Amino acid sequence: MCVVVRFYNVTKIYKNNSVALNNVTLHIKKGEFIFLVGPSGAGKTTLTRLIFREDLPTRGQIVFNGKNVVRLRPGEIPFHRRKIGMVFQDFRLLPQRTIYDNVAFALQVTGASNHWIKKLAPEALKVVGLEGKAKMYPEQLSGGEQQRACIARAIVNNPLLLIADEPTGNLDPGTSRELMKLFQEINGRGTTIIMATHAWDIVDSMKKRVVALSGGKVVRDEESGVYGHGA
Amino acid sequence: MGHSAAGYYFKEAVNSLVRNNWLSLASVGVVTVSLFILGCFLLAAINTSAFINTLESMLEINVFLESNLNKSEINHLKEQLKFLPGVSEVEFVSREKALENMLTSLGNEKDITENLDENPLPDSFRVKTKSVELAPQVAANIYKFNGVSNVIYGQEVVERLLIVTRWIRITSLTSVVVLGLAAVFLISTTIRVSVFSRRKEIGIMKFLGATNWFVRFPFLLEGVVLGFSGALLASIIVYLVYTIIIDKIAVTMPFLPIVGQMDKLAPVYLGLLVLGLLIGAAGSSISVHRFLKV
Repeated sequence: MCVVVRFYNVTKIYKNNSVALNNVTLHIKKGEFIFLVGPSGAGKTTLTRLIFREDLPTRGQIVFNGKNVVRLRPGEIPFHRRKIGMVFQDFRLLPQRTIYDNVAFALQVTGASNHWIKKLAPEALKVVGLEGKAKMYPEQLSGGEQQRACIARAIVNNPLLLIADEPTGNLDPGTSRELMKLFQEINGRGTTIIMATHAWDIVDSMKKRVVALSGGKVVRDEESGVYGHGA
Repeated sequence: MGHSAAGYYFKEAVNSLVRNNWLSLASVGVVTVSLFILGCFLLAAINTSAFINTLESMLEINVFLESNLNKSEINHLKEQLKFLPGVSEVEFVSREKALENMLTSLGNEKDITENLDENPLPDSFRVKTKSVELAPQVAANIYKFNGVSNVIYGQEVVERLLIVTRWIRITSLTSVVVLGLAAVFLISTTIRVSVFSRRKEIGIMKFLGATNWFVRFPFLLEGVVLGFSGALLASIIVYLVYTIIIDKIAVTMPFLPIVGQMDKLAPVYLGLLVLGLLIGAAGSSISVHRFLKV
C-alpha cells in the first residue's frame, strides 16, 4: 500500500512557546479519506500547513510522496504545492475574475499552455457541476457554488492530495451534504483527501478514518470512526 | 514558459498600470524630466567638446617682433622658427596685413580705429605646432629669441573652456543622479502600491504553486514599462527641442560647429532608453524584493 504522507515525531512550537503539535507520528495512505477532528487550537490547521510547507516543524520529519518536505529547497516548494489542492472555509476566489478564469488561473500559474487550460478547466467545472456558471463572477454565486468553484480550482491539475480546511464551515447543512458527495466522488477517483472539520454529523455519517487531535497530540486514530464528543 | 504565461505577464502589467494610473503617470513624468535633462546635458557636452576640438585645430602661437628689425633679420628669425622642434608651420604677418585683418574682424565697429594716427600693430609670425600639447614649450623657446617682443597663444581660452565644460559636467551629473534616484524611488512606490493592492492574489498564487519568478515578473515588467515610457518620451522631446535649436543656431550663429549627424547623436538617444529601462528595473526590483515575500 502506497503511503502519501508520513509524519515522524513531528513537533511544532510557535514563537510564543505555544505547542501546536506534540510528537505526532501519522501515516496517510494513497486514496484515503481522513477527517481531522478536535477542538479549536488542537493543531489541525498546523498539521495541514506543515504538509503544504507553509511552515517548518520544530522537530521531526514529514515525507510527502517520497520526498522530505522539511528539506525542500525554496525553488522546489512551488512544485511541491502543485501536487496538493487546497480548499478553504472562506473560498479565496479572486472577485474580479470569472469562475472559469479562477479555475484556469491555477493552471496558468504552473505555466500550462492555453491548449491544456482550455481542455482541463471545463472538465474540472463539469466535475463540480458548475459548467453552466463558468462566465459568472464569484459574488453572483451562492456559498455552496463558490465552494464548488474552489474545489474545481483545487482539482484542476489533478493533485495527489486534497486538503480541505473547514470546507463546510460557512454553509448550511443541506449544501454541506451535497458538497460531501462531491468530495466522496473526487476521493473515488483516487485523490487522497484530508479534511479538517467541526461538522460532527458529517463525520459520523461518512464512516471514514478519523484522526482526533487534542492539545497537539493524536488522541484517537480509527478506521471508520466517529466525531466523538468530548474527544 | 508557454505563450499563455507571456500573455499573462503582459496583461497583468498593463492592468496594474491602468489601476494605479496617477502614480504611474507621476513615475513616467519624473523619468521623463530627469532623462530630458540628462539628454540636454549630453548634447551640450558633445557640442562643447566639438567646439573645443575646432578651437584646438585653430590654436596658433602669435610671435610679435620688435619694431626695429630689418628684412634680413626677419628672414633669419623665420628660418630659426622653422627648424624649432615641434613647429609645423610658420607664416609672416606684416603690420599692414595685421591692421587689415583687425579692421575686417571688427566689421561695423571699425570706427574706433579712426582716431589712430599710425598703425600701432607690430610685425608678427603665426606659428602652428604639430600638436596642442607642444604649444607651451614651443612658445617658451621662441620667447628666448632675439628680436621677439612678445609671444601669445590661445591656450588660456582652451583651458577656460575646459573648466566651464567640467562644471557643466559636474552640475549635470549631480542633478541627473538626484533626479534619477527620485525616479527610482517613485517607481518603487508605484510597484509597492501594486503589490499591496494585489496581495490577496499573490497569496492565492502562492498556494496554487506559482514560482517566485512567476509572481514577481509582472511587477518587474510594470516597472520596466514605466521607465521605458519615460525614456521614450524624454528622447522624443530632446530630439524635437534639439532640432529646433540647431535650425535657430544655423541661422543666427553659423560659425558654431553644431553636431547634427545622427551617427553621433544616436548613442545619446539609445543611452537614454537603456537608462530608462534600468531605472524601471531598479525601482521595481527594490519593491519586489522588499514587499513581495514569496
